[in-house]
Amino acid sequence: MSGNTDKHKEAFREEANELLTELETALLELEETPGNEELIGRVFRAMHTIKGSGAMFGFDDIAAFTHEVETVFDLVRNGKMVVTKKLIDLTLSARDQIRAMLNPDSGEPVDVVLSGEIIAAFRNFIPGRSGEKGPGDSPAVDSKAQAVDGAAAKAPEVTYRIRFRPVQDIFATGTNPLGILTEIKGLGNSRIVAQTRDIPLLGEINPEECYTYWDIILTTNQGINAVKDTCIFIEDSCELKIDVIDDGGSLDQEDSYKKLGEILIERGDLSADDLRKVLDAQKRIGEMLVSSGIVGPGQVEAALVEQKHVKGIRKERQASEAISSIRVPSDKLDRLVDLVGELVTVQARLSQFSATQKEAALVTIAEEVERLTAELRDNTMNIRMLPIGTTFSKFKRLVRDLSNELGKEIEMTTDGAETELDKTVIEKLNDPLVHLIRNSIDHGIEMPEAREAAGKPRLGTVHLSAVHSGAYVLIRIKDDGAGLDTEAIRARAIDRGLIAADAELAEKDLFALILAPGFSTARTVTNVSGRGVGMDVVKQAIDSLRGQIEISSRKGEGSTITLKLPLTLAIIEGLLVKIAEDFFVFPLSAVEECVELTREDAAKAHGRNLANVRNRIIPYIRLRERFAIGGELPAIEQIVIVGTEGSRVGFVVDNVIGEHQTVIKSLGKFYRKVEGVSGATILGDGTVALILDIPKLLKMAETDEQISFS
Amino acid sequence: MGKKIITVDDSTSVRQMVSFTLKDAGYEVMEAVDGRDALSKLNGGQVHMVITDLNMPNLDGIGLIRELRANPNYKFTPIVMLTTESQDSKKQEGKAAGATGWIVKPFKPDQLLAVVKKVLG
Repeated sequence: MSGNTDKHKEAFREEANELLTELETALLELEETPGNEELIGRVFRAMHTIKGSGAMFGFDDIAAFTHEVETVFDLVRNGKMVVTKKLIDLTLSARDQIRAMLNPDSGEPVDVVLSGEIIAAFRNFIPGRSGEKGPGDSPAVDSKAQAVDGAAAKAPEVTYRIRFRPVQDIFATGTNPLGILTEIKGLGNSRIVAQTRDIPLLGEINPEECYTYWDIILTTNQGINAVKDTCIFIEDSCELKIDVIDDGGSLDQEDSYKKLGEILIERGDLSADDLRKVLDAQKRIGEMLVSSGIVGPGQVEAALVEQKHVKGIRKERQASEAISSIRVPSDKLDRLVDLVGELVTVQARLSQFSATQKEAALVTIAEEVERLTAELRDNTMNIRMLPIGTTFSKFKRLVRDLSNELGKEIEMTTDGAETELDKTVIEKLNDPLVHLIRNSIDHGIEMPEAREAAGKPRLGTVHLSAVHSGAYVLIRIKDDGAGLDTEAIRARAIDRGLIAADAELAEKDLFALILAPGFSTARTVTNVSGRGVGMDVVKQAIDSLRGQIEISSRKGEGSTITLKLPLTLAIIEGLLVKIAEDFFVFPLSAVEECVELTREDAAKAHGRNLANVRNRIIPYIRLRERFAIGGELPAIEQIVIVGTEGSRVGFVVDNVIGEHQTVIKSLGKFYRKVEGVSGATILGDGTVALILDIPKLLKMAETDEQISFS
Repeated sequence: MGKKIITVDDSTSVRQMVSFTLKDAGYEVMEAVDGRDALSKLNGGQVHMVITDLNMPNLDGIGLIRELRANPNYKFTPIVMLTTESQDSKKQEGKAAGATGWIVKPFKPDQLLAVVKKVLG
């Protein structure tokens, strides 16, 4: 458009020359009649036009120069200054200077020094202001107007919640709100809900007024200023509320978005109290809110639209991030694990068969398959692993709400949120952890005043941590509360007939009593805990996960509950053993070593089941007796030594066959009550091997011993 | 046929520039040298938008806006005023009189078009 620009420049020059001639005439006339307002106006307008047009056509120096003259004449026009001869003289010289600047090629170069002098002189006319501003401060472009065509840089996609409510007489300014909506729509992906709640009945309606307002959800990369600019002309005659509801950053865990009630509260359409009241009636939230009359259907619709929109864009974004991760329904994963389980079983058969065939080529293939299967199994198990942190955040909320309810000051800290556990384990862990944390808050942590009296900080702490330990994950819930009251537990246990009145129990065993059904030492039952149903439920849940619970506590200092959980529930490394014709599997993670037990060794112990292993006495359990298996004893038996809860115990079997990849199959309904066995697995030749439940077996042995002693 | 816009300015060069830019973008343009001229040229006839300078002889921009708004034919017509940065008070006055928006001088053709598009929708 440079040709046009030149044309425009020429037009401006022509016009400015005319204006300058007119200016000269007006000034000379003004000298005769200094109070003539009409003349003053003419002078001002001439200066104003030269300035305004000059800036538009690239004569920035003229614009800056004229600005000073215009300022002075603005004051004159408003009666703040009077026209003097000196002013007329100065203005005339300014006029000549402008002419020189306007036609640079016609005369000598522009005398910059003279320009400066004239400007300074004009400034001196202005009361209370003397030349502090340089001539360089040429008329700046209104930044907002510039933003109208401002090209947006590549920025992240941000989602805004916008409420646009023009004043009712908006039409009187010639503004069409629909134009603004169109403009907003042009900024990006948007959803607009018109709020028609305030439109009066037909009889009362004034068609020249705007009663509607709009809720808009907009996803754009143009930035918030672009949104604001759409309303720049009516910024003080409309309500424009813009909130960022999604900043385009990566999502932490889930693509779910706020609940309807939360959105309405955030928008200020609804108060938290009202929401709670309405929630008490159990209907669909949207319907309830509308029928209660607190919010209109339009507002609910707007909130729903927001919910849907954000869910949508988050989903999209996740889809675009999917290169690094994909979402798979968990039942597909379960199926995969089942199939891997089958494969492991078949592979075991293949290995067994190849071993009997003595065919070198076949053995090679079988070994290859075995290696690949193991790798496949590990990978599949890995897929099912989830960081436990996902559940931690839920508990933070629980602690917060519960401590408020009870008037306690409690902080929850977590550790090891990244620790991975099998998905099913994590799911089943939720309820027991809720129980345990509730117990810590309700029974463990004291009231702030009591804590202060005991010399502890008012703020109690519940620490939740998870760490890997071999094939197990240890989850600890530790509080710095009052600790367990051993005397109260003892009294209660005797009361309930769990122990004899004179029984001497180790602290650890005493604590374990609180896991018994119906056991509670709390004096009052609160709605949080104290009914004694919690702990035995916890125990059952952890048992079903093949885990263990350990409790330690010091009175006045707090308690720690440790859950020891297997990493996975589906396939484990096992140690396959044989008693007579039956196969059994030890979880390999528990096994420490295997030693031989000869008849002489057994005889030396004089009937007591104790073995001397490298000068250490280790008690053992004869599984043959435990499972009532008949038949001949082999000359040399084997003791499988397992480490459990700090002690070492041996299990006597006939033969140790070796490591075995154990696909765990749960026992049928009929066998669920069988103690000492936690599941079964299928061996290569199709026979079934039972998986031993070691903690249970130990407990049974202990109980038997107590009975035989008493 | 394109929408009709009237540009009111006592500066020929500005009028020319506005007129050229708008015609180029497909609008139909009328020109008036001041408020009085604009009112007589309009004479109650239809126009989609008014772009007016503020400082003009005879009838200035504010006066023009008031006159137009008082006329039922132009009650809802978008009116954009041309202002300079030193005229913030003028801007307020214009808005109070019923101006739809404003363009700050100096402006470039595409800035003008952006505002016209914004106001006309």
